Amino acid sequence: MTTTQTPNGFSLDNGGRRIVVDPITRIEGHMRVEVNVDEHNVIRNAVSTGTMWRGLEVILKGRDPRDAWAFVERICGVCTGCHALASVRAVEDALDIRIPTNAFLIRQIMEKVLAWHDHVVHFYHLHALDWVNPVNALKADPRATSALQQAVSPNHPKSSPGYFRDVQNRLKKFVESGQLGIFRNGYWDNSAYLLPPEADLMAVTHYLEALDFQKEIVKVHTILGGKNPHPNYMVGGVPCAINIDGDMAAGAPLNMERLNFIKLKLQEAFEFSQNVYVPDVIAIGSYYKNWLYGGGLSASNLMDYGDCPTVQGDPSTNRFPGGVILGGNWDEIHPIDPRDPEQVQEFVTHSWYEYGAGREDIGLHPWDGVTDPHYALGANAKGTRTNILAVDEAAKYSWVKAPRWRGNACEVGPLARYILAYSKGVPYVKAQVDDALGRFNTLAGTSLTPREALPTTIGRTLARALEGHYCAQQMLDDYDALIANIAAGDLATANVSKWDPATWPKEAKGVGIVAAPRGGLGHWIKIRDGRIENYQCVVPSTWNGGPRDAKGNIGAFEASLLGTPMSNPEQPVEILRTLHSFDPCMACATHVMAPDGDELARVTIR
Amino acid sequence: MTVSTKEQAARPHGRVLILGIGNILWADEGFGVRVVEYLAARHHFPAPAELMDGGTQGLYLLPQLEGLDGLVIVDAIDFGLPPGTVHTVRGADVPSTIGARKMSLHQTGFQEVLALLDLRGHAPRKVALIGVQPVNMQDYGGGLTPPVAARVPEVAAAVLAMLAEDYDIHPIPRAPDATQDGAGLMTAAVSRTAYENGRPTEAEACRYGDPRVLTRMRG
Repeated sequence: MTTTQTPNGFSLDNGGRRIVVDPITRIEGHMRVEVNVDEHNVIRNAVSTGTMWRGLEVILKGRDPRDAWAFVERICGVCTGCHALASVRAVEDALDIRIPTNAFLIRQIMEKVLAWHDHVVHFYHLHALDWVNPVNALKADPRATSALQQAVSPNHPKSSPGYFRDVQNRLKKFVESGQLGIFRNGYWDNSAYLLPPEADLMAVTHYLEALDFQKEIVKVHTILGGKNPHPNYMVGGVPCAINIDGDMAAGAPLNMERLNFIKLKLQEAFEFSQNVYVPDVIAIGSYYKNWLYGGGLSASNLMDYGDCPTVQGDPSTNRFPGGVILGGNWDEIHPIDPRDPEQVQEFVTHSWYEYGAGREDIGLHPWDGVTDPHYALGANAKGTRTNILAVDEAAKYSWVKAPRWRGNACEVGPLARYILAYSKGVPYVKAQVDDALGRFNTLAGTSLTPREALPTTIGRTLARALEGHYCAQQMLDDYDALIANIAAGDLATANVSKWDPATWPKEAKGVGIVAAPRGGLGHWIKIRDGRIENYQCVVPSTWNGGPRDAKGNIGAFEASLLGTPMSNPEQPVEILRTLHSFDPCMACATHVMAPDGDELARVTIR
Repeated sequence: MTVSTKEQAARPHGRVLILGIGNILWADEGFGVRVVEYLAARHHFPAPAELMDGGTQGLYLLPQLEGLDGLVIVDAIDFGLPPGTVHTVRGADVPSTIGARKMSLHQTGFQEVLALLDLRGHAPRKVALIGVQPVNMQDYGGGLTPPVAARVPEVAAAVLAMLAEDYDIHPIPRAPDATQDGAGLMTAAVSRTAYENGRPTEAEACRYGDPRVLTRMRG
């Protein structure tokens, strides 16, 4: 047993029992977590491992920079649009291409449709089951659910006892049919679930409403991206033409009918956030008022690049202002520059890569990034190369690199963006946070301040809900700006003056930044002789899920689990709850059909 | 391969979707997408038939999948068969489950998409899955392995046979158009030819992936 103090202020103790949560099934390996718990089942050490090689950088080498978006769009099925957007932004930055205002606004809307969709689906489809017990919903009195609904969200029209009874019957039938085993694998008997049945039924009902609506908002993506399921992007603008009076004959241009449809969907998204998603998170959170764990690194270090300007190319108009907070000092926000070789760097001391002899502990800026795999287990690892029982965190233990800002581990994501925006006094965000906390405190009978409530697992989940709501508002604003610009006679959607590689410099480099749903995303590109010379993606889950660095600083996933008591270590509800609150996205892998798709997480205690 | 059940062929009123799914960046995992690309290059599919490159879009596919008369899924499958084996399942044998212990949205597999369609009362009237057992899915950036690539024409023919038998749909053959890479289904840059010709060399690319995973695949 060893107790160590990390430079970034956490105490680690790798004694006690080691618990491994490894969601690898068949070929779906992304992420594995090992924790040590003490005699009271409190987590004292946490080790986050990305279990899959992802060498996109290598695939892109030598390709045409104008095609890179089409490859990165295939990285995975959830983050498609943000990778494609970061890619075209990186190329445009390298080649100094300014896109037309319409393209700028259409991309803004597409970016936030994706964020809104991602947040809603993440909460209802994945994260809610860490708090909500659907089996318990079958016991609810629909009248009690109706009363609860009217109390927490009086403006939501679907609130009658009959409505909830119908949903309950549907659910019952579905569960009884047995063929699908809905929500199977849950730890439904675990005492960590605290909601009364009426709240469980409300949440399950909204899960179904979310599924109904999410397919509607995707249609906006289809219209603006010209294609579904893989929307088109292009260097220099957007591939959809505007013909305001046209019908849909010539390549389905954007006309007034389609623009009206988009506005309707954006309004519906805003109302869903306002009447369903945000009230649900506040209400569910209030039942867990005594479960304020999971803050970890968010109480000290946070980072976002800043995004969503209202004026193209003017970061001072960013609606998510970005910056870096260190040491929990909300009064000082450090500016961030993704171009500065001293700021964003990736370390591989504990990652299965190598930078070359004598360079083991250095950090590399992404423009100079290297992705050379080197898979080796530490001396104290248990198991074999092909069947790891326990990793040795003193050595290399993850396929994820460790990004740092000036050597500091930082948490990224909606919570980081919200604490940064709140600290900077962004009026919309300040009003949202204060209102939400007021409602939370009223329901829970508490008097939590933002500093107490936000850096927690629940705060992370609340920030995501509020961000969805803000994204819907931003999209409505972007929509109005788009209509005004079109009305002023500007129909341009693409700038093709530098389409021809003959117009490019021999060498160029650029960076593309996106406020992706999981946090700040950056793509760095180097172009030489019209081809990609180097390409590095530093994704949000790299920041959050990366391993320790050369100095021993731990990242956000590992920090967030420390100090959390587990009610039953064989049922890691608390671990899943906190890791899910990050909306983790490790290597983006595969969707293979298999007959036994039910073993999704394996828990081993050693 | 033959269609095993003789169901009464009746022209459907609703859409019949032939959906290729998988991640083209992971070698044989791209099989389903490459089959629909192959079909699109060689046949015109008249309504109500439609071809789609579903990639790994999961829940994003829901709006396209509601209320179908027929759904024919083409995918790499893990049924524990010898690598390269083609296997067809129909109806209730197409796996669909909803799991709660997912670590990430990325584990929302296509099985769950089917389960959600059912939960919400929008399941396709008829569903079938034609798959191939992969040889290698860990060659990141790689194309189809030769044994799996050899199955593309065979599975494409099986799709056509299924359309004829189950739905009385007969796509119209056409000469492959060499000028239209990606067959209009996908951006030319990621079409099979362009993708495989531009791939990095063995020396540049990590072609062995995570050995734990590889071992599982070979096992």
